[in-house]
Amino acid sequence: MLFQTILFYTFAAVMLGAALGVVFSRNPVHSVMLLVLTFFQAAMLWLLAEAEFLAIVLVLVYVGAVMVLFLFVVMMLDVNIEAAKRGISRLAVPGIAIALLMVVELMQLIWLRGKGEVGSGGFAPTPEGYSNTKALGSVLYTEHVFAFEMAAVILLLAIIAAITLTMRKRPGLKVQNIAEQVAVQAKDRVRIVKMDAEKKQ
Amino acid sequence: MAEFFASLVPQFAWDIWNWFPPLVHYLVITLFKILVVMISVILIVAFSTYFERKVIGSMQARVGPNRVGPLGLGQPIADVIKLLIKEVIVPSQSSKFLFVIAPLLTLIPALAAWAVMPLNSDFVIADINAGLLYVLALTSVGVYGVILAGWATNSKYALLGAMRSAAQIVAYEIAMGFALVGVLMAGGSLNLGDIVEAQAGGVSQWFLLPLFPLFVVYWISGVAETNRAPFDVAEGESEIVAGFHVEYSGVAFALFFLAEYANMVLISTLTAIFFLGGWASPFEGWTFLNDISFLSWLTVGGLHWLFLKMCFFMYTFFWLRATFPRYRYDQIMRLGWKVFIPVTIVWIAVEGAMAWFQVGPWSGLGA
Repeated sequence: MLFQTILFYTFAAVMLGAALGVVFSRNPVHSVMLLVLTFFQAAMLWLLAEAEFLAIVLVLVYVGAVMVLFLFVVMMLDVNIEAAKRGISRLAVPGIAIALLMVVELMQLIWLRGKGEVGSGGFAPTPEGYSNTKALGSVLYTEHVFAFEMAAVILLLAIIAAITLTMRKRPGLKVQNIAEQVAVQAKDRVRIVKMDAEKKQ
Repeated sequence: MAEFFASLVPQFAWDIWNWFPPLVHYLVITLFKILVVMISVILIVAFSTYFERKVIGSMQARVGPNRVGPLGLGQPIADVIKLLIKEVIVPSQSSKFLFVIAPLLTLIPALAAWAVMPLNSDFVIADINAGLLYVLALTSVGVYGVILAGWATNSKYALLGAMRSAAQIVAYEIAMGFALVGVLMAGGSLNLGDIVEAQAGGVSQWFLLPLFPLFVVYWISGVAETNRAPFDVAEGESEIVAGFHVEYSGVAFALFFLAEYANMVLISTLTAIFFLGGWASPFEGWTFLNDISFLSWLTVGGLHWLFLKMCFFMYTFFWLRATFPRYRYDQIMRLGWKVFIPVTIVWIAVEGAMAWFQVGPWSGLGA
């Protein structure tokens, strides 16, 4: 148990440090990498809470896919730090307000938990042979199947919308016809001409 | 066997060992297992470079390396020594920290994924339930090393290589993930050991046949994911010199090299586990082999079968490299998005229908 506590505080400390780094880092690429580290630490904390499915899916989806695209975009941008800094003062007031709101909410939750009105912090370790994935799946596909399908439809809608927004037919655009390219034969490209040998002049 | 080795250890050593708490026992044993697996993987990687050069050499009617040691077997060691004593040059305009850490970021996931690999019926470092997801998550993290190497170098060619590699890996990862959905539908579990168990009973029970389209998609995506020929546009030496690792030299380059080959070994082993029954013997159900005394060992599963299957796929990697010209970039994207993803989605639907009508070996679905 002591070992777990040490692990928890290590992960939590690294996570907080990385999260602060995301905000304070001057280089956007460093910020993205620190955000990746934050996600990793969050996944570790979930692993400690025996939510291995959620933890690994967090790494898979956010670290493996979303953040790669993020990094892709950030690397292509030539971010002007000075200009970005000027923007910060303008956004400071709403930013601090939102942060305060979140702190208040968290404090409320902790306070309520202390009074025992919300489910307590400790939870029983799962029994041997309990599969997180199976448990999630059996709830997701039975009780919440409607919500699940709704989410799927919304995501599909988002995909179609994104594609229709970005797919523009420019006039005069040259594209390859792959089928035609694959079907090409040597005789379509090379013409062999038979001719007699020429005499020396 | 185990008792014999146990008797070799003097009694006082056992007393000291037993004096430690179980947590220490666990840590020491696990560390030892990790060490064994790591060293084996690194040795396999070293000798697969030799294997590659020999295979490609003979395909191109050359001899390949034959100077260092008998049959040139010392070549990998000579290469390692050469790379270790070369100077590591860090470009002055680069982002130093990321430049140094990038090769490590590609190598670590490739080695860490071995933690959940069932090497035979009872050897696996961490027998976790979400093994398949773990592997998928780790293989997707490896791309960071490539992207960061390209960016941190602060060179046009390296950045171009990184961009190509990132787009390619993200595209093929989806097809790969979908192919694995088919595997876990058939295996009924995310645990790699259980997936191998589900394929017990010889060649006919392997997922290779019922999931053949997924196997092809997974394997080709694996080749694309490791940035190997014919998908090696990230290196593209004819147009962008060497892509993301142009500026790397010495040990840093050796780490990239090691990571590439470790990834190849990993993908080969995973394909063997997912579609070819892992450590299970292909002749498992053939009872008549048991009657012939000198052939009965063929029906017993074990590490050697996994190793053979892995070697076969490694050979295929080299075979592809010696056979095919490099894909054009738009063709790679087309293959990933417009061919593989539809194929996998269709086959998952087919698999669902087959399971519904109880055709084929869908062991896990009924439960």
